[in-house]
Amino acid sequence: MIRYPARDDVLIIVPAYNEAGAVGGVVREIRAVVPGVPVLVIDDCSVDATAAVAREAGAHVLSVPYHLGLGGCVQAGYKLAFELGYQYVIRLDGDGQHDPRFIPDILKTLRESGCQMVIGSRYVKQDGKATSVVRGIGIRFFRLILRPILGARVYDPTSGYVGVNRQALEVFSRSFPLEYPEIEALVVLQRRAFRFQEVPCVMRPRQAGRSTITPVRSVYYIIHVLLGVLVNILKFERRLWRR
Amino acid sequence: MQGFLNIVSILSVVLFISVMHSLRRAHIRVEHSVSWLAAAVALFILSTAPGALSAAASWTGLEDGPLTLVFLAFVVFLIVLYRFSRVISDLKDANIALTQKVAILEFHLRTWHEEQASTQNR
Repeated sequence: MIRYPARDDVLIIVPAYNEAGAVGGVVREIRAVVPGVPVLVIDDCSVDATAAVAREAGAHVLSVPYHLGLGGCVQAGYKLAFELGYQYVIRLDGDGQHDPRFIPDILKTLRESGCQMVIGSRYVKQDGKATSVVRGIGIRFFRLILRPILGARVYDPTSGYVGVNRQALEVFSRSFPLEYPEIEALVVLQRRAFRFQEVPCVMRPRQAGRSTITPVRSVYYIIHVLLGVLVNILKFERRLWRR
Repeated sequence: MQGFLNIVSILSVVLFISVMHSLRRAHIRVEHSVSWLAAAVALFILSTAPGALSAAASWTGLEDGPLTLVFLAFVVFLIVLYRFSRVISDLKDANIALTQKVAILEFHLRTWHEEQASTQNR
């Protein structure tokens, strides 16, 4: 039962928007890898049968009443997880790109390292790549930008395969970037002097549906994220929190 | 020049009446109408009082009356638009928080119903 987690409990969250073709398989894979761990699919007001498919596969479903976008959708999951008392939350995308076999690695690192965030990274080892040339260039660009800001190297800043502990969960349940949240989330954590670590994982091609990232959106993405990073650095509220 | 000032006067009166009409029909809230009413009054005063426009022209350093009026109107509308961008951003944040809250409450309700159903089936 999802409502009464034990002290050390883990929740897997899967944001999904129109992923009826893939989300069922993702949930079944997760349940096979970590049996007994609850899986929460956050349905971002899909127009297809995402919610029904996820339920049928054995997931709990949090349905938001209108389309919030990735950040708002993930934050809804974080809020629920925090409210229910979960200690660790691992997020995988609903399109099947994130291989659930790496959940135990992320969880182990979260528990043993004391880091507030653990990122499943396709670049820590060279065999985990499954991305386009354009995205690869974007990732390299953001690595360079983030290096001085974070004070540490991050190999895969755009990865959405992320585990957080309760400290990060508390922060994200109150403040989480709404669009393209991965990179900005790293800066949000850095402003609170939180730590992150990357563990190697393999990304797969999406199992169904189409990516929403087009060439025009890629340019918008870069500008939006750069601005978001800058805003997060300058936010007065963040500096107050850190004291 | 007088023709231009007349047009601005008429437009400011139309703006004022439109806002008042919207207020009466509750299509716009009082706190959001203040900016538009202030803009309409300012435009009306500048376009009908030559002394005020001359003073504004010398204050801005533009000297040309109609150009000063266009410039001031631009500044006023820029301020109003910026203010409304902030209002929209606040509303969007509130809307997202509310949507998430509704989703979470529905989740709890559904879970509670499922628990009730499973208890009754035992």
